Amino acid sequence: MKITYPHMGNAHIAINAMLENLKLEVIPPPPISKKTFELGVKHCPEFACMPLKINLGNFIEALELGADTILMAGGWGPCRFGYYAQVERDILEDLGFDFEMVILEAPDSRVSELFQQLQALGKNVSIWEAFKALKFAWYKLQMVEKLEKKFAYIHPRAADKNRAEDIYDQGLLEIERAQDKSDVDEAGSKNLERLDNIVITGEEPIRIGLVGEIYTVLEPMANYSIARCLGRLNVEVDNSIYISDWLNDHLLGSLAKKSHRKHLVKCARPYLNYSVGGHGLETVGSTVDYARKKFDGVIQVGPLTCMPEIVAQSVLSSVSKDEGIPCMTLYFDEHAGTAGIQTRMEAFTDMLKRKKTLTALTH
Amino acid sequence: MKKIGMPRGLFYYYYYPLYKTFFSDLGARVILSQKTNRITIDQGIDAAVDETCFPIKVYFGHVKELCQHDLDYLFVPRLVSIEPRSYICPKFMGVPDMLRASIDNLPPLIDITVDLSHSDRAFKDQLFKTGKLFTKKSSRIKASYEHGKQELAYCQAIAAQGYTMSEAIDIWQGEDIDQQLNGSLRIGVLGHGYSLYDEAISMNIISRLRQMGCTVVLPEALSIDEVEQEAAVMPKRIFWTLGRKMVGSALKMEKMADVDGIIYVACFGCGPDSFIGEIIERKVSDKAYMLIVIDEHTGEGGLVTRLEAFCDMLKRRRRHKIEDHISAYG
Repeated sequence: MKITYPHMGNAHIAINAMLENLKLEVIPPPPISKKTFELGVKHCPEFACMPLKINLGNFIEALELGADTILMAGGWGPCRFGYYAQVERDILEDLGFDFEMVILEAPDSRVSELFQQLQALGKNVSIWEAFKALKFAWYKLQMVEKLEKKFAYIHPRAADKNRAEDIYDQGLLEIERAQDKSDVDEAGSKNLERLDNIVITGEEPIRIGLVGEIYTVLEPMANYSIARCLGRLNVEVDNSIYISDWLNDHLLGSLAKKSHRKHLVKCARPYLNYSVGGHGLETVGSTVDYARKKFDGVIQVGPLTCMPEIVAQSVLSSVSKDEGIPCMTLYFDEHAGTAGIQTRMEAFTDMLKRKKTLTALTH
Repeated sequence: MKKIGMPRGLFYYYYYPLYKTFFSDLGARVILSQKTNRITIDQGIDAAVDETCFPIKVYFGHVKELCQHDLDYLFVPRLVSIEPRSYICPKFMGVPDMLRASIDNLPPLIDITVDLSHSDRAFKDQLFKTGKLFTKKSSRIKASYEHGKQELAYCQAIAAQGYTMSEAIDIWQGEDIDQQLNGSLRIGVLGHGYSLYDEAISMNIISRLRQMGCTVVLPEALSIDEVEQEAAVMPKRIFWTLGRKMVGSALKMEKMADVDGIIYVACFGCGPDSFIGEIIERKVSDKAYMLIVIDEHTGEGGLVTRLEAFCDMLKRRRRHKIEDHISAYG
């Protein structure tokens, strides 16, 4: 069995670690490229949302490399993601690929079910080994996120942005290669320290919260690397969501760490009073949260035609007015040009900077 | 007499008789917005964010129209689910919040949550609580609800005879609608009721087909059990109520010998439809199938041409089929 999975941000580092410890042969899909997009767009329904297209591109590329099993997550709506795996399977079968699809359906609250699914997936592994595999993956994920957060802090402040980016990329690579906990610790602490030692300009950057649909927030290829782009404009970007949060809330039943979700749900009232699937409610809640934490602005991202984000976007106008936080919505599909995005971000950050200086002056 | 406004959009086409009867019986006057027209559409496009789908924009237009009346309440339920373990669409779940954020000077909203995914207890509780706005007598509220359910069933029975839900509602209200139901071609037309039966949204697709001499077969005319049975062939249960109904109806129509072809009317930007249209296309292999995607600025000419071409093709197909049965050797 040669197993593959879809990309999402840096999730592959943790997924790889888990699958390898389940004693499986893993064929990771090649990094998302223009070709991935092209394959996905060619074979997916025209109006499907973009993550489906990237997923499918990943699968085709991995299957061409010899993978024969696909690991995918499921769900029960109302967001389209819950039906991704079914549509992808139909398309791939029609294309003539021979493969098996393993769909991890999110258990409603029982973590044991997840273990069983994982154990069934692994080759002759005991429950204990499955648990250990999951735990190691979780450990790696946390180190990755520590590095991500440190990078988000340093990058806008760094005098030499290229160097910060290089250290970050190198750090991710080293964590990915780490075979055990001490390796992970070493790779992590070394690169965190290197980031800390970067020369910093004295200027305090403006802060923007990045909210929206999880895939578009986390996958730089799906959002034209806006976090990095903003960092280069001296803007500190705070991600509203990390993979570990999502896993914790939806798969692990909030066992791994304290959930932040309740707080966000509370924040979302009275603007949005109902969970609308996907991350609609979290988007609104996070925006309110950022406004109250005195961030300078919020950028909402999502794939074009994303239903929950459209609901959130409709509501954000009144959040922006009442809470006094500038918001911008960017939808991405396979056609977006980087120049247009770059210009809009520059205009938005210029506006925020101006606003900040003006308020500072009037005080 | 208290006045309650109801927008003629979204689930109007599935549930109007229920709510109309319920509120009328309680002594309220129900004010329905006009049939969708250019002004409705323009106002809706103004009020809603660009990325929403056309039916939601139209709904916003209806709400704006109703805002001009001096209403006591505006009835805009939050539709979550109308059957166990299924949803309608995330946008429907956020409609009252979206309206509040987008339209100023709204009358007080009655935004009860319709969530029947576990049981109808919570929904009934909310509806009965709403009834308390109009009368104190619980028995009267209960009777109104039961009466409403009867009227809805009656209206659905009318639709089952081959009328669209919008025609069925008109007939239910006492209008006389005459139509011939025996055209030469039989075409199955599928789509979400709120876009298909709204003549402005679907650009009259059903009457156009009838004028071209087709009999239109609609999902409401099929038996629910058979539709569900057909939809059950999907490896994973489709969790959108309307989507599942459409897939089941398409598969059922494929098996009906007297149906010549199937047309699916989808809205641009509709999330579930982007998948459902694809699923049907893959599953329906024995019948001609056409997917029409509509939005707020479609030229009618293009639609008419496609319908004509589709009908011509079906007619030719049928002719060839008949000739095929005659042995070439006498």
